[in-house]
Amino acid sequence: MQQIINFLIKNKHSLLFLILLFISLALTIQSHSYHRGKIVSSTNFFSGGIYNWQHSISDYFSLKDENKRLLKENEHLRNQLSALGMESVSTKYVDSISFNKPYTYTKARVIKNDYSKIDNYILIDKGQRDSILPDMGVITDKGIIGIVENSSKNYSRIISILNSNSRINAGLKKSNQYGSLVWNGKDPNIVQLETIPRQAIIREGDTIITNGRSTIFPKGIGIGTIASYSLNQNKSYYLIDVKLFNDMSNIGFVYAIKSKDVDEIKSLEN
Amino acid sequence: MNRDTLLHIIRFIVLILLQVIVLNHVNFLGYLNPYIYIIFILLAPININRSLFLVISFILGLTIDMFSDSGGVHAAASTVIAFFRPIALRSVFGLSYEFQTVKLSNVRFGEQLLYVILMVLTHHIMLFSLEIFNFSHILLIAKKTLFSSLFTIVTTMLVLVLFRRNNS
Repeated sequence: MQQIINFLIKNKHSLLFLILLFISLALTIQSHSYHRGKIVSSTNFFSGGIYNWQHSISDYFSLKDENKRLLKENEHLRNQLSALGMESVSTKYVDSISFNKPYTYTKARVIKNDYSKIDNYILIDKGQRDSILPDMGVITDKGIIGIVENSSKNYSRIISILNSNSRINAGLKKSNQYGSLVWNGKDPNIVQLETIPRQAIIREGDTIITNGRSTIFPKGIGIGTIASYSLNQNKSYYLIDVKLFNDMSNIGFVYAIKSKDVDEIKSLEN
Repeated sequence: MNRDTLLHIIRFIVLILLQVIVLNHVNFLGYLNPYIYIIFILLAPININRSLFLVISFILGLTIDMFSDSGGVHAAASTVIAFFRPIALRSVFGLSYEFQTVKLSNVRFGEQLLYVILMVLTHHIMLFSLEIFNFSHILLIAKKTLFSSLFTIVTTMLVLVLFRRNNS
């Protein structure tokens, strides 16, 4: 016993080092598995607050671009409205039974955005207080961004599509074949669409959209266009490089999508 | 002594803020960031209590991890270089380290550079192999380690030269 204690005292630095290394390795491994990286995250009030403060300054530098983008989106939405034959939008009364849309959108501001690592996360300034909860989809006016992974009172962390753990159902716009969208960590403008069966007829430039097979994203949100494609090794699936509509290095405002039917669908699935 | 402790605490806070607010968003050539928060570990006093030093380095890394959502990679890398710092010091400065007379502000430039290179390389190899965590990406790890190390070494030397204290 005496010898064990002596050994411990003699090697206390090495032991402490091993313990600390073990803790950090455990945290690292945990962060590499999907939906687990929740112990050390930037959604707490301290780091969230500092990012919020930082962003309240750097916001001003992108105001002009942001305005242009909003105007463009407005123009697009107005054109869509007039195509539907609704010249004026009624703000007084919405018949929620006959026009029940299953999705609602909440806007949020991006206060931290990574795109240069293998596992990238985005921090937004809305959280549980604005009923943003894990497993909600996040989009911009151009296309998808990612999925909410973790939310605190005032902040939420989004697992970006530029993350090696991210898998999102996506498919072709012109047919119903679908596959999963992953990222190989190389180019932040290009993501990969896997397991599209070879029966699908595809061409470069075809549009890839979300396919609405999960409750996270509604059908038809844009992702990108096909940049190049090849067959996999046993020639049964296409591997497609998709060029994103979004410039992932420049995201200002995003919309979180809440599906009203999510509880009902989940209870059916279980 | 008290003034020195205060200096180290201020350096700790300033380096963390500088790292997370400015330097994590440099993205030079798309993916290069200098990680100069390890200057705190480089400049910690030679005769500091080793256990305390390990714990402080761990906390330093963990704070950076919290801000950059990277799990525990910075914590692991910082702890490793804190543990191996005596070895790096001994191999670079030799006798003057044994007598605890070495001060990073008044050693020769070559020795200082060698010490920085050793520490930064160890840190970055650890950091990127844990961050990418996939041996099929070993080329990517090597590429990131090499270029980021260069960037960090240059920035660190600049900071060390610019903020050299001339009171000795």
